[in-house]
Amino acid sequence: MELTSRETWAVIHGLVLGTIYLLAFGGALAGLWSLRPGLVSTAGLTERMKRLYVGFGVMAVTAWLTVITGSWIVYPWYREKLAGDDFATCAGLDVPSAACSPRDFLLSNASGNTEEWHKLGMEWKEHIGWAAPLLATSAFLLVVYYGPRLTSRPWLRTAVIVMLVGGFAAAVVAGGFGAFINKVSPIV
Amino acid sequence: MTTTQHHDEQLAPELTGLQLVDKPDGPGAAMMISAGFGIFVLGLLTVLGEASTGMSTWLAKWQWGQGVGGLAGKTTVASIAYFVSLAVLWVIWRAKDVNVKMAFYVGLALGVLGAIATYPTVFEQFAP
Repeated sequence: MELTSRETWAVIHGLVLGTIYLLAFGGALAGLWSLRPGLVSTAGLTERMKRLYVGFGVMAVTAWLTVITGSWIVYPWYREKLAGDDFATCAGLDVPSAACSPRDFLLSNASGNTEEWHKLGMEWKEHIGWAAPLLATSAFLLVVYYGPRLTSRPWLRTAVIVMLVGGFAAAVVAGGFGAFINKVSPIV
Repeated sequence: MTTTQHHDEQLAPELTGLQLVDKPDGPGAAMMISAGFGIFVLGLLTVLGEASTGMSTWLAKWQWGQGVGGLAGKTTVASIAYFVSLAVLWVIWRAKDVNVKMAFYVGLALGVLGAIATYPTVFEQFAP
């Protein structure tokens, strides 16, 4: 039972950091959603805000780590041009190899109609995923800046929730395509 | 310099015991607009990288030999744009009450435009 260095980084990028982000999102959304007058006492507010600061902070840090490891560590392995313009070394393969990168493998259609996974899936994922840390960072800063005042300002609270969910939606697109692409054409 | 009273304690009596000082909305507006601006720059660079070979080459220079390609330039410049716009607007508006609803809608519009521009079917329309 072992993982190569590349597989380990793919797991850290997609599974470990993705899971932490997902957990932090659930807690942050639930905590912010119920931050309303009449639902939390003064003492409860102090305790709730500490958890919100940590939750939003973890989301922002995790989002940055996810896109940085993805773009600067895993993505270069994915996009290596090893097979040439005709993808000759991908012929007959069921998975990528040392002579056929995951990108080459998808574009070669060597194992069925796979090129759209790159042309649509990866091309969208690699860009839109970077919206997540920007939105998560601003949402975190808004929660820290306004703090308990968000209780009395439903419109502002809704705006932060929209940013939080927007960032999560971007992460879902990136993470979803990443999971499927790694299934069809794994980093090896 | 203007700061308004938001009357938070009247709207949520739970806040009374916390002795909160009123804060201007300028920094909050900066946080909202800068996020949308960063995403807009990401989308704009994605389109420009597709439309222009020169821009594509310039964006790829940001990869520092790591094999990331043009994505390095798009995402690094967009991140810089985000942090710089955040810092500049925060400083300019640090003591002002900016219309935070308007700021949210401006940020939302910029963000939606940028996100649309990152969709392959859209940015490929600009390929020469």
